[in-house]
Amino acid sequence: MEANDPAAQGLAGDQESFRVLVERHSRDIFRLAFRMTGNEHDAEDIVQETFLRAYRALHTFEARANFGTWLHRVAINCALDHLRRVKRREKELYLERVPLEDERDSLSSLPSGGPTPERLLFSVELKKKIEGAMAELTDRERAAFVLRHFDGCSIDEIGKALGMRGNAAKNAVFRAVQKLREALQPMVNS
Amino acid sequence: MRHLTQDELVLFYYREKGGLDRQQAEEHLQACDLCRRELAGLTGSLEAIASLPIPERDENYGREVWARLRPHLADKIERRWNFILPLRTWALAGSVAVLLVAAFWGGRVWEHRQTPIAASIPAPARERILMVALGDHLERAQMLLVEVMHQDAGSQVDVSQTRQLAEDLVQSNRLYRQTTLRNGDAGMANVLDELERVLLHIAHSPNEISADDLKSLQHQIASQGILFKVRVVELEAQEKQKSAGPHLPGTAL
Repeated sequence: MEANDPAAQGLAGDQESFRVLVERHSRDIFRLAFRMTGNEHDAEDIVQETFLRAYRALHTFEARANFGTWLHRVAINCALDHLRRVKRREKELYLERVPLEDERDSLSSLPSGGPTPERLLFSVELKKKIEGAMAELTDRERAAFVLRHFDGCSIDEIGKALGMRGNAAKNAVFRAVQKLREALQPMVNS
Repeated sequence: MRHLTQDELVLFYYREKGGLDRQQAEEHLQACDLCRRELAGLTGSLEAIASLPIPERDENYGREVWARLRPHLADKIERRWNFILPLRTWALAGSVAVLLVAAFWGGRVWEHRQTPIAASIPAPARERILMVALGDHLERAQMLLVEVMHQDAGSQVDVSQTRQLAEDLVQSNRLYRQTTLRNGDAGMANVLDELERVLLHIAHSPNEISADDLKSLQHQIASQGILFKVRVVELEAQEKQKSAGPHLPGTAL
């Protein structure tokens, strides 16, 4: 980490430098959070919590590490905490999940124009199927899959991010892929 | 070469090594229809997932996040400094409160034998002093517990500041516990007893603890609902403080 790196200055408590980091990484963290939760509002909360935690934990950031990678680890842990809280709350309240407005009307979230009604319907069904299959993964499997599939993290990096041994991380990815494949196979192969 | 397993196909797709000889796998895939179809099916599923739309955020998003974040950040920094830096101030405040409580208890015990300063204060006022001091103590304890619960579990966690504060709180907590017990408030004393165990756990920790130790500590706090109980006792202390009568003229409390 160089002296003029915003992370170095953020480390020294310089809010202006931290602002640069927030502006630089917000969109990436939002994408990661959305993939973890499948919910826009939750993803926004996770983005905010990630930067708050990151600011508080800047002193633990090692100069040799990549700030973006480190921040993704913070974000994935925020997302896991969030998912645990949501599950606990649902369990406590005995509430069944009610689809959010934007989830109920999946058609509205698709780009307009172009595809035929059949293709549109297929896309909507596929989206539902993928969301359903992702929701069936355990938190760890989901985190491992998101890090591998969307973030391009290696198995070793996933292990470090999730505090797992390499084999456990690899198995989490395998299980996630297997479950997703089983769920999607009928549609993808049709 | 034997057929590729599902796991090997996943490793192949992601270009992970993990014991897979890529060249051999490629050669096998060229020769084997079955494995090629399997890989095509896997690729189709994974690419379908990759195509899942994500709500877009424009280039101003980072600025919007910063605008939302900044007030909380300032609050966080201020709270953190309030929490960590004035340990000496807190220790001093705690000591003063402890002295007051000691004087309170001393007054109760010896008021018939002699006349210490505390004994010259009317009983309701002494009760009020005790409850104010106890309320402050519980508030500090809550901040400490909240800090522990929100601590991130890295490989090693620095708890030196938290540990120092816990040491200070243990001493005063013991006195409050004994006082409330002697006053006949067993419920309050029980909660203080539970709090004391957690404080002792933290106070006896090394300056750096492992992620597992931190989780165990967080579990101890969460499973016993200590934060909630401490909040309830603090509310009780506030109620008792109100019912013990108005502010004494000429006192700081």
